[in-house]
Amino acid sequence: MSKVNALLQGTLDWVDARFPLTANWKAHLSEYYAPKNFNFWYFFGSLAILVLVLQIVTGIFLTMHFKPDASLNASGVPVAFASVEYIMRDVSWGWLIRYMHSTGASAFFIVVYLHMFRGLIYGSYRKPRELIWLFGIGIFLCLMGEAFFGYLLPWGQMSFWGAQVIVNLFSAIPVIGPDLSIWLRGDYVVGDATLNRFFAFHVIAMPLVLVGLVAAHIIALHEVGSNNPDGVEIKKKKDANGVPLDGIPFHPYYTVKDIVGVIVFLMVFSVIVFFMPEGGGYFLEYNNFDPADPLKTPPHIAPVWYFTPYYSLLRAVTYPLLGIDAKFWGVVAMGAGVVVFAFLPWLDRSPVKSIRYRGPLTKTLLTIWIIGFFILGFLGTKDPAYKFFGSIPGAPVAQLLSVYYFLFFLTMPIWSSLDRCQPEPDRVTMK
Amino acid sequence: MSCDDNVDCGRRRLLVATAAAGGVAGVAAAVPFVASMLPSERAKAAGAPVEVDISKLAPGQMMTVEWRGKPVWIINRTKEMLDGLTKIADQVADPKSDKKMQPDYAKNDTRSIKPEIFVAVGICTHLGCSPTDKFKTGADSGIDPNWPGGFICPCHGSTFDLAGRVYKSKPAPDNLEVPPHMYLGETKLLIGEDKKA
Repeated sequence: MSKVNALLQGTLDWVDARFPLTANWKAHLSEYYAPKNFNFWYFFGSLAILVLVLQIVTGIFLTMHFKPDASLNASGVPVAFASVEYIMRDVSWGWLIRYMHSTGASAFFIVVYLHMFRGLIYGSYRKPRELIWLFGIGIFLCLMGEAFFGYLLPWGQMSFWGAQVIVNLFSAIPVIGPDLSIWLRGDYVVGDATLNRFFAFHVIAMPLVLVGLVAAHIIALHEVGSNNPDGVEIKKKKDANGVPLDGIPFHPYYTVKDIVGVIVFLMVFSVIVFFMPEGGGYFLEYNNFDPADPLKTPPHIAPVWYFTPYYSLLRAVTYPLLGIDAKFWGVVAMGAGVVVFAFLPWLDRSPVKSIRYRGPLTKTLLTIWIIGFFILGFLGTKDPAYKFFGSIPGAPVAQLLSVYYFLFFLTMPIWSSLDRCQPEPDRVTMK
Repeated sequence: MSCDDNVDCGRRRLLVATAAAGGVAGVAAAVPFVASMLPSERAKAAGAPVEVDISKLAPGQMMTVEWRGKPVWIINRTKEMLDGLTKIADQVADPKSDKKMQPDYAKNDTRSIKPEIFVAVGICTHLGCSPTDKFKTGADSGIDPNWPGGFICPCHGSTFDLAGRVYKSKPAPDNLEVPPHMYLGETKLLIGEDKKA
């Protein structure tokens, strides 16, 4: 046995002399000290990595059969649409790989939204973690791009008209807009050129940027250390060896904890993949089972659920301003609705980070904001004339909530500093 | 840039000039890649005009043809439909078609060459969905008891009248586009080209 050990140690020494393997293992796993009080909300970072890997692996296998081609085949069906049907019906296990990929897209957003919510309630974006947060926003934007480009590929009705609407958003930009949208499409309407380039963005350009940003996100995190549910810095109290008193090595403690999260996640994920891959029309929209028809918009079109809150913001703007069309301001509202998160580290002036020690004002306003976000998301899946219980019109509600959405952020410097906070503890607590 | 004793200013200038030249070369190298995403020559050539026979289009009916990949509507409007247009002139955003969304020969009350035959690109000026025809009037339409007939966009709810004029306070900024078109005969329409072209 000792001979085997010596051989292994020798190999490791050989590698370490040429590549910092042990050093990296220690820096990022066995001697990366994370706060000992992580709770449920801390599962979603590692789960996001799991889903990323799942999407990349299933995606590689899908590209082996998918054809990004909008021309009609001998039976008059677009080749891209037919190749997805082929994957679903004729490729061995193709249905599973494709459903994993399409469900994975929704799972990715669920996990990332929960991950962002964690950051929101525990103040994980506050100094010194501003860059982690900004890289995270970059990941979120990339993910939205990735989802959007991918959604065109099956070349169904929703694919086509969704892309048509979103690409036309750019035409709302004054002066350069119309030419910009033609440049993005590569044609005067969404067509074969658009499908081909979206395929290129979806399978190589976006994933490369995404993986790079994820690496930057984690490197920045491991530089400053993780936040925790109490929002106190564990690095302020260290033992004689410089190890934070409230820190425990990521491996094995959190690797084991995260495996529990992975198992629970995979159980839920499998149930959806096997029993309800369409997610009731929210994960895969029914209109997308019809091939793209450039002459006919389906009677009800809506984006996939993860875009609907922003889509509601877009629809909420119906007044022209400063001599520019309402259309342009709708696009601005939609963009601002996503980008506004990036300013959180500088908008939040509270003396404490975690929701546990923040006052009633913050808790109330945040709760209303979250509820509003859900209602905006719900309204975004409905047509513009939707009425709650058949009587309360949805459009003004969406407008009101859109105003609140932005006021929440814009007035944050004021209310976050006014709020009556409780004192933070010196060290983390184990609730 | 300050030149103290330890800095060889000549070399630093050379360095800056080299970096600038390299940057220019880098930007220049991006041009072919950016330009490759523009519509190709083949895409540009695909915009030929379309000939349409409208002899079978009865009053009150609508047909759709494809021109440059876009839906083009041809509607044969009845007398009631045309009368309705003047009644709602105060409800639409641009009743006189002052914005240039049509050729000059279609800048009139009916936005058409022949009053009854209306030709328009069936793409909402908001974000490019194709509006749905709602020719039933009043409460039957399911839109509004006073609905005089027209189009509603399924995407963001913009409404248009039967001359493609957008109603006020809707997301769509402009009236529907009237494409260049001309009559080759009494019931023969050419879409995509007019006499001037």
